[in-house]
Amino acid sequence: MQNLTLKELSEGLKQKKFSSLELTKFFLNRLDLHNSSINAFITIDKDKSLAMAKRADEIIKEGNQDYLTGIPIAQKDIFCAEGWKTTCGSKMLDNFIAPYDSTVISKFNAAGAVNLGKTNMDEFAMGSSNETSYYGNVKNPWDIKTVPGGSSGGSAAAVAGMLAPAATATDTGGSIRQPASLCGLTGLKPTYGLVSRYGMIAFASSLDQAGPMCHTAEDCAAMMNVMSGHDPKDSTSIEREKENYLTGINNSIKGLKIGVPKEFFSEGLDSEVEKIIEQGISEYKKLGAEIVEISLPNNHLSIPVYYVIAPAEASSNLSRYDGVRYGYRTKEYDDLMDMYCKTREEGFGDEVKRRIMIGTYVLSAGYYDAYYLKAQKIRRLISEDFKKAFEKCDVILGPSAPSVAFPIGDKKEDPLKMYMQDVYTISTNLAGLPGLSMPGGLMNNLPVGIQLIGNYFSEAKLLNIAHIFQTNTNWHNLTPEEFK
Amino acid sequence: MKFDNDEIKKIAHLARININENEAKKVSEKLEGILGLIDQMTEVNTDSIEPMAHALDITQPLREDKVTEVDMREKSLKLSNETDQSLFIVPRVIE
Amino acid sequence: MDWEIVIGIETHVQLKTNSKIFSGASTRFGEEPNANACLVSLAYPGVLPVLNEEAVNCAIKFGLAVDAKITEHSIFARKNYFYPDLPKGYQISQLDLPVVGEGSLVITVSDESKSIRILRAHLEEDAGKSVHGIEEGKSGIDLNRAGTPLLEIVTEPDMSSAEEAVTYAKKLHELVQWIGICDGNMQEGNFRCDVNVSVKKKGDKELGTRREIKNLNSFKFIKQAVDYEVNWQIEKLEDGGKIKQATILFDPDSGETREMRSKEEANDYRYFPDPDLLPLVISQEKINNIKSKMYELPSEMKARLVKEYDLTNYDADGITSNIDVANYFKELLSFKVNAKLASNWVLTNIFSRLNESDIDIKSSPLKANKLAELILRIEDKTISNNAAKKVFDEIWDQDKSVDDVIEHLGLKQISNENEIVDILNQVLQDNEAMVEEYKSGKDKAFNALIGQVMKASKGKANPGQVSQLLKEKLKN
Repeated sequence: MQNLTLKELSEGLKQKKFSSLELTKFFLNRLDLHNSSINAFITIDKDKSLAMAKRADEIIKEGNQDYLTGIPIAQKDIFCAEGWKTTCGSKMLDNFIAPYDSTVISKFNAAGAVNLGKTNMDEFAMGSSNETSYYGNVKNPWDIKTVPGGSSGGSAAAVAGMLAPAATATDTGGSIRQPASLCGLTGLKPTYGLVSRYGMIAFASSLDQAGPMCHTAEDCAAMMNVMSGHDPKDSTSIEREKENYLTGINNSIKGLKIGVPKEFFSEGLDSEVEKIIEQGISEYKKLGAEIVEISLPNNHLSIPVYYVIAPAEASSNLSRYDGVRYGYRTKEYDDLMDMYCKTREEGFGDEVKRRIMIGTYVLSAGYYDAYYLKAQKIRRLISEDFKKAFEKCDVILGPSAPSVAFPIGDKKEDPLKMYMQDVYTISTNLAGLPGLSMPGGLMNNLPVGIQLIGNYFSEAKLLNIAHIFQTNTNWHNLTPEEFK
Repeated sequence: MKFDNDEIKKIAHLARININENEAKKVSEKLEGILGLIDQMTEVNTDSIEPMAHALDITQPLREDKVTEVDMREKSLKLSNETDQSLFIVPRVIE
Repeated sequence: MDWEIVIGIETHVQLKTNSKIFSGASTRFGEEPNANACLVSLAYPGVLPVLNEEAVNCAIKFGLAVDAKITEHSIFARKNYFYPDLPKGYQISQLDLPVVGEGSLVITVSDESKSIRILRAHLEEDAGKSVHGIEEGKSGIDLNRAGTPLLEIVTEPDMSSAEEAVTYAKKLHELVQWIGICDGNMQEGNFRCDVNVSVKKKGDKELGTRREIKNLNSFKFIKQAVDYEVNWQIEKLEDGGKIKQATILFDPDSGETREMRSKEEANDYRYFPDPDLLPLVISQEKINNIKSKMYELPSEMKARLVKEYDLTNYDADGITSNIDVANYFKELLSFKVNAKLASNWVLTNIFSRLNESDIDIKSSPLKANKLAELILRIEDKTISNNAAKKVFDEIWDQDKSVDDVIEHLGLKQISNENEIVDILNQVLQDNEAMVEEYKSGKDKAFNALIGQVMKASKGKANPGQVSQLLKEKLKN
């Protein structure tokens, strides 16, 4: 059953080939056997999952099921789920049992899906390798000596290791697309505002977006049908007519104009990875697409801009973690100041503390104009670059990450090296555009992802383009040997 | 951009994070590196550009003035480290 | 040495809404600690703010009431600092683009009008409260108040005395209640003033260094604090010292101001636009809509009373001094009483009774409809003004009807001309000497004769009529 897509599982449940209870037990069993080798999950609660499965079976019996009813989905531990420990990968929230459901979780509950467990992640979503989690590294099922990518490393490893048929994830600078690329999965970061952020623990508010991590584009579309939608509890949530992302998924892509940015193919991109991307471009040509060269001249500035804006917003978002009302509190302290400073010294990991310091610095008196304001201005330039590009093409194609999965510990000591992992993905977040990564090939038996970036609210088109690629290729069906 | 110990201590204090001497040095090295990266921004002239705070041109929605939340002390006090008579207890706050 | 005082005031007005500014938690006062603390109030991970429409409406009403520009696109900003009663570690406020721009409020001090310029007013959320004394060395945090909507109103440093400061504060206090955006309950902390005080030598162009007296929540304290602080600053400067910018507290027990103890270096608030909130757009249409639903402002009502009803400025001021008096008066007018009479009765008789019992007009046991009846009885000449005073005493706090009391006390004025003529004739007959005196030119005798008529009629004769008829009679 681990090889079935959401589509196949949905059909199977409908045709009563198996029940939700059987399905859930099956995956919980796989977790028992395999999770310890890759550490993809922080919290597994069999009782809760099985109870949800039982309820789902009742709904199915009544004939009231939706597409995802009864299917176990892994949830990134960034989404508050009532009654579930919700840690965001941090010691700061190790004792935090969420008192409410995030909107994303509520939607999955309403759809009758089963919560399979909370997946591991870089602490407070800050990282590109899942090496900063309080709960230990996550290992890439393709080669457990390598990283799965981050921050949604746990979700990626869970799906790649066939421990869950699909997972939710979040993307602030590439945290869905890069791990999807490194783990041979299809992951989508939607247009900013399409999926509610209510209950999704905030990292960088103007960049964070939740999205699906699956084996196929079609499965991502099914997940998007559940996840997306206006939420009055999130002021930045977009109000627009609800779309069905499965409807046009088989549309022909003949005549599609694919823009290839020259800046994505410069130094820094591994030559083997580049070859695989080129192969993908050829495939699209075969399918009737037209390739257009475009330019995103300010793309290289997206990293500095991101590393001003994201830490700035994060430094403020993480101020609430002070040990006063919930979460970690240091054991011994002389006074209030002592309590604050020790709690935050002990509760946060190094990368989080670094980013809080940077964020605090760039917002501090005298620096706001030179850093934060300047970054927001360049952000507009980056956004304009995309606008111009979309006048010439329908979708942009490029790599998702500069390399394949790298060895654990390789870049941990050098933050700047780590930050470069996001060079192809960050600009999408800055502009608020939708971006998708899908498997495009293997290099040394490690997956390489192809990235597609679309115009605002073009998720359906992106999924369609990816799906057509997947009906003509087989990369998305490959699975790591040990986890088959 | 160099970070001396005092600078680091000031930032750490603003952020309410203890950093000892040893860590301060490590942190300042890493921060200097990151700032070097950030300084790349100066290469482009942005004088006439409007800052972009949000991806899309939408405006703040308004909420009807209705009470929708209920007393949740049963949950909230349980999640806290130290409470007394429905209050969250902290070391004495000096005005 | 001639010193000039320079005062600016920042007032935090708690807006009268049902729910908090960024969440649906209740704003009701007096609840048990943390009963009104919802997910957003407690700043749990993942919660987000959504703006309360009524708070925006209140801000617009205020802007209209002080003739200020309402900002079309205003921005919310985060003010970052750590304090246990500030759960997010930042306060959502407004910095660069506040919702209300420049306006003004006119105050009257010693019969002179002065316009106090309002620099801006912006929306922000209130913090929670620290409770001390629960346990040794500890404080308890109550977040009920956290998230209550505030409008912070900032003036230019236009006031030059404690009296002006208090007058402004009082006027603002009445205004925000008048337009219905605040309950004005200062004991509950609805209305708090931070007063900035500095002094300079007369004629100096440059302002002195100011000190900010925080959280004054009574007019008496404002006066005492300002007086003390001014003296303190002047003494210090005359001694050759310098004033250092500081935030200070007023201690009502000692009557002195002192610097706040935990005064760290000027806080770096690291303001930046809140990414969880979008620009607040207020259209002219919305402003017009709100204006059309607003009652006339005190200044507008005052002008109307003077113009339409010929009230004096002074009386019109008194009637429009607060909304409850104004409403009482409006109700009186609805019974078609004479406005001048009504204003007299309210400003003298009603006010003196209210003062005696130390209550406000809303608690007046004599309601407007009954007072209107009484005034109408004066107007239709059933009783004299003097008699009315007696009736007033009876109906003030007793459930008696006006007509019953008039009947019971036999106060009905004799207005029947024939009756009066009869009494008159009798009096003239009985007081021939007085008549002679009048006829020989002693005008005083006239009043004496009227007095006799009133005596004979037991005070019931309509004095106006008596005077007129007597005059006629004596012509012959």
